Amino acid sequence: MTNIFADFLSSLSLLNLGLAFSGVVAGIIIGALPGLSATMAVAILVPFTFSLEPSSGLIVLGAIYTGAIFGGSWSAILINTPGTPSAVATTFDGYPMAKSGNGDLAMSISCMSSFVGGIVGVICLALFAPPLASISLKFGPTEYFWLAILGLTLISTLAEGDNIKSLIGACLGLLMSMIGVAVIGGDMRMTWNISFLNSGIEIVSAMIGLFCIPVILDLTSMKGKHLSENVTPKSLRLKESFLIIYRKKFETLRGALIGTFIGILPGAGGSIASIVSYGEAKRSSKNKDNFGKGEPEGLIASETANNATVGGGFIPTLCLGIPGTPPDAVILGALLVQGIRTGDTLFTEQSSIVYTFIFGLLLATIMMLPLGLLMGRYAYKSIIKVPREILIPIIIFLTIIGSYSIQNNILNVYFMFFFGLIGWILNRAGFKASPIVLGLVLGQIAEQGFVQAYIIGNAQDNILANYFARPISIALVLFILMGLFLPTLKRIYNRRKNA
Amino acid sequence: MKLKSYISKFFAVLSLMTISLSAANAVVTNIIPFGPGGESDVTARMQQSYYKNIYNDDIVVQYKPGGGGGVGWASLNSEKDDGSVIMGVNLPHIIMQPIAKGDAAGYKTDDINVFSFFHYTPDAILVEASSPYNTLEELLDFAKKNPGNLTFSGSGTYSANHLLTISLNQKAKVTTTYVPFKGTGAAVQALLGKQVVASAGYSTVAAAQGSKVRMLAVASEERLPAFPDVPTFKELGYKIVSGAYRGYALPKSASKATVKEWSDRIMKINADPAFIKQMEDNAFVVVNIGHKEMKKFMKEQIKENEKIAKELGLIK
Repeated sequence: MTNIFADFLSSLSLLNLGLAFSGVVAGIIIGALPGLSATMAVAILVPFTFSLEPSSGLIVLGAIYTGAIFGGSWSAILINTPGTPSAVATTFDGYPMAKSGNGDLAMSISCMSSFVGGIVGVICLALFAPPLASISLKFGPTEYFWLAILGLTLISTLAEGDNIKSLIGACLGLLMSMIGVAVIGGDMRMTWNISFLNSGIEIVSAMIGLFCIPVILDLTSMKGKHLSENVTPKSLRLKESFLIIYRKKFETLRGALIGTFIGILPGAGGSIASIVSYGEAKRSSKNKDNFGKGEPEGLIASETANNATVGGGFIPTLCLGIPGTPPDAVILGALLVQGIRTGDTLFTEQSSIVYTFIFGLLLATIMMLPLGLLMGRYAYKSIIKVPREILIPIIIFLTIIGSYSIQNNILNVYFMFFFGLIGWILNRAGFKASPIVLGLVLGQIAEQGFVQAYIIGNAQDNILANYFARPISIALVLFILMGLFLPTLKRIYNRRKNA
Repeated sequence: MKLKSYISKFFAVLSLMTISLSAANAVVTNIIPFGPGGESDVTARMQQSYYKNIYNDDIVVQYKPGGGGGVGWASLNSEKDDGSVIMGVNLPHIIMQPIAKGDAAGYKTDDINVFSFFHYTPDAILVEASSPYNTLEELLDFAKKNPGNLTFSGSGTYSANHLLTISLNQKAKVTTTYVPFKGTGAAVQALLGKQVVASAGYSTVAAAQGSKVRMLAVASEERLPAFPDVPTFKELGYKIVSGAYRGYALPKSASKATVKEWSDRIMKINADPAFIKQMEDNAFVVVNIGHKEMKKFMKEQIKENEKIAKELGLIK
């Protein structure tokens, strides 16, 4: 115990505090700019951490990562464009809140929720990492397949507006997810002999196009300001946001736990976490009908979950040497170069580095609260103050920079605009961007899981058992059936009762 | 109020400057045509500090992932040719992709001006620590008795991992099932979670996972220094020497002097005993194939890979 305390003190050195501070600030800004990702920022900074102590280097990388995941919520709230795929669900209620003049409230709530989510994730990392890592190994291809299907069925319940149109949008996304060279089998699918398409549709540039371009076009054609201003624009509305979260404390904690749990599954990531959390929040909420129209509860669900995946994602990274997310992969590489071996022994043999890192992550998450609130206030104010004529070119400029920098490829920019055009047309016809993007993200996970499970089941001479007779799959299938049929059954029951 | 906004403005500008400066300051960009965390990335990261010690300059690693590296290689010849940009290349990828995909690969093997291969990771067969199979013989016995039931997880289709299982099927006359995953991480996850019986991976997996996995055989010429007890396939009677070579390439238009200079730089890092130790500890095998030996080496590799491609039915 004294050892851990010493690690805690060493993480509090002035240098480490300064590093965590600047890491969080840089991370938030990077995350807020669509297309600039945590992965990129962490990758650029890795060589500079080599001249630092291993633990200090890790602290700055972790701080940037935490900041960036939170920063993604800003663009989701202010310009309806998720900064990262994990912020897709944040647009559902964040943007409507901003539109109706509650942008400052949304920014404050998102910061506080991210804080709670981040703290819960880090605490789980510190206390339960090895047992949670062994749970993540119970998830095989079959479970990933069902988890992705669960995410897809939630689309119909959570999306705003027309259910049928959401499902059609999701199918469109699924279809697009199959473009490119198949991971399994290596077939070339729908590539039209364009070599750029071999690697499939790049998700982030498609996302920027589908979400952001329609907003810009609407902004251009509309009169007046982008977001309507609040009556009392001077406060952070701290008390109000705190009370909302305090009243929803169980919901907040639930979002954080869902995020942590899905975070420990490598490759599942923040997008599934925030969708599942949002779906669960909507299902169990009393204000169901208000979801998608600016319900703070929806915002809380999404933001707690995606920041909880940060701590959760480090669990397989540190315990199993299997990176939970792309930024984790960069950090894992940095660990290897420093000569640190991951694995269960990391928590016993090299515990001081690990615990200093965990405390650093905790520190960064705590710093994120005041920094996020203050910086968020400034970001919100500039967005509502800046005249449209200046705002539009700035956003367009950022979307171009963002989509270029994903793979340093100009083709991504063209694709972004192409998707923007499609998104705008579909938007006119009542199709929303989020089901398409979720279909695109979940389609790849679902397809790989399905085919791998089929191959393995075939080799075991029992395909059906491999899909349906595993304990976790049974639970997931039950959730899926509940999500699909419970609303209908309830409606029928209510109708009978009323009749 | 004004002060506060100035303070936040200041920090915003400061942090953006740090990031852009750190990118601009770099003289050399090393483009890795994969995502972060893989073997190409890790070894490039290991070189970074040695390069800085010798040349007092930074190499910045940039990722240009997609198409199993193909997206990056298709754009190699449009990069700057003054030696300020190098790109990671891998074998068998740059030979197998153009064979398997034809024109759609976006590049031909000949287009890639490889100037050095500095290491390779031998293929290996691994099982999870609690697996009942202690030797390759025991594992193959199971496969013989139960055709098709032996599952191998591995990274990708037509990859080094995949080709290893095909060679093993032919040389040991067994039928096994290969299950492709997206990346080494996912393949290892399936192995540790006992979703598959064994894994066709690289020796580096055994080094990274330590006591959680058991390496049954390694496809190198000789036993690895980090694993003196693990036999090679050759010793066990299967003539399989395979794995993935990693090196660097320049655009075709680069001058001879640039090519030579870069080849020398990489070889100089390769000669550092501390670098060699770090590589060997992680089960990478250091090789020194510079620009002089490259022509001959590539010719052999192309011949070897075309043979495998014929067996796979990719070339008729």
